[in-house]
Amino acid sequence: MAEVTPLAGGTALLEETPARPRRMQTRRRRRLNLFRYVVFVAFGLFFVLPIYAMVRFSLQGVKPGEYSLKAWRQIASSPDLVGAIEITLELAIITCVVVLLLLVPTMIWVRLRVQWISRTVEFLCLLPLTIPAIVLVVGLAPVYRTIRQHAGLSALQLFWAYAILALPYAYRALAAGLDAIDIKTLSEAARSLGANWLTVMWRIIAPNIRQALLNATLLTGALVLGEFTIASLLLYTNLQVELYNISRATLNAGVLFATSAAALIFTFVLLLILSFAGRRRRGRG
Amino acid sequence: MAAAATTVGDRSARAVRRPSLAWTGTLPFLCYVGIFLLLPTGIVLWGAISKPTGHGLTLSNLKLLGSSAARGFFLNSVELSAITALVGALLGAVLAYAVASGNPNGVVRRIFLAGSGVLAQFGGVTLAFAFNAAIGPSGGFLTHATWYYDFPQGIGLIYIYFQIPLMVLVFLPAVDGLKVQWREATENLGGSTLQFWRHVGGPLLAPAFLGCTLLLFANALSAYATIVAWENQISYVVTQQISVAMTSEVGLSSANEAQVLALGMVVVVALVMTAYALLQRRTARWLR
Repeated sequence: MAEVTPLAGGTALLEETPARPRRMQTRRRRRLNLFRYVVFVAFGLFFVLPIYAMVRFSLQGVKPGEYSLKAWRQIASSPDLVGAIEITLELAIITCVVVLLLLVPTMIWVRLRVQWISRTVEFLCLLPLTIPAIVLVVGLAPVYRTIRQHAGLSALQLFWAYAILALPYAYRALAAGLDAIDIKTLSEAARSLGANWLTVMWRIIAPNIRQALLNATLLTGALVLGEFTIASLLLYTNLQVELYNISRATLNAGVLFATSAAALIFTFVLLLILSFAGRRRRGRG
Repeated sequence: MAAAATTVGDRSARAVRRPSLAWTGTLPFLCYVGIFLLLPTGIVLWGAISKPTGHGLTLSNLKLLGSSAARGFFLNSVELSAITALVGALLGAVLAYAVASGNPNGVVRRIFLAGSGVLAQFGGVTLAFAFNAAIGPSGGFLTHATWYYDFPQGIGLIYIYFQIPLMVLVFLPAVDGLKVQWREATENLGGSTLQFWRHVGGPLLAPAFLGCTLLLFANALSAYATIVAWENQISYVVTQQISVAMTSEVGLSSANEAQVLALGMVVVVALVMTAYALLQRRTARWLR
């Protein structure tokens, strides 16, 4: 981009010309700012209103205009709901561990030793983006019939499928981290000092891609917390399925909205950590 | 240079010692993906073209895709996806431009970027509940809209809620690539805002815009949870009908219906995503 006039130079150039283009620019800037604030307010309202409505509804008391935390307290007193929340959180943790164990060593190994396979691995990792979850679940049904026979009925078995769903997101997060460091030199240095491959991965490369590991974990976690399609069609009950069941079975909308809001806020926090942690890192580097 | 020398020496030495079994290191990954991604995909394809009795192959299952019922589901899916992709892409592009034209390190940009990252992932049943609380029958906080349960409008509005943030995320890099200097050059040559967008900005952003719209289309096409939470009695779109065919025996009374519909979806999504990838490559040419 060296051949393009930098912004400062452009302004200097403008000062030599008569005032007309400059006035046009200030007018344009004012118009642009007006446009921006109108857009921000309009979109902000659109995005905030449904969430606000949900939270407000969950806080509604018996009489209109009255507010109470009753619905939020009911979350804890419903064993089904608590069970579903537990299962979902456990699933999120298991899936994160499986995805990282599956991807990190493979990706490092591919970059260091078997470059020729890297396009295949990338293709396989991004493939779930083009196969809708509902299609995957049609094919997974027979696979899960086998899993049910041999490994039990627990909903925790869902992690097998969730790891696949998380592959594209985790892959891209990790690839960004691995591209940013020179793993070839790092590993050669470590190897020539006598480190084995495990040490190279665990003590040399992993600490260098901490941010990417965090990103991959948070994205995977958020995905598992919001997953409905696969769990529902394989007849397992996770948080989203339980919420769906509540919405169909009971008239108690308060507890439904309270739990939805809680799940949503939790995911929000996870992903906000992600985007802000990522930003700060980039800013420093 | 020393590193390069090491690599070369290392490789020739290894070639003598063992005839590269290094690829076996990727075996756990390949097995996992094989069992839980490739095998299920294969099962879908196989089911779509195998005889209902289980022996032999046939293409007659695929006739289902031509039936008026199946066509209806696909048309509904395409209609919903096209509308929400177009509206989401247009609104998302406007928002992306508003975000990109501000301070690149400003708080507003940060909030909208972080928010988009969150909201683009926020599909699922909770989103439908949020809209129920806002304009649906159970809440009706804003208004109790009667059109909320009509097919393209009600669910379309909900879809747009996650389409716009996705558009911001995928389109922002292209808008960021628009140099201020190009705008200034247009102005110094006497061009107006309209002329800038018609002759400079528009043509530059067009491939990216088209590509992102296709991505949004595929995104809406594959969505399932939101529409089920919005309406669970009637099937409107293909994804709903696949689930009906999977969980009950009462489908379109045709063999391997779920697999055939799934195959149809894979074909559509694969076509759309290929076009997206091609357009992305076209965009990347001037982006960096």
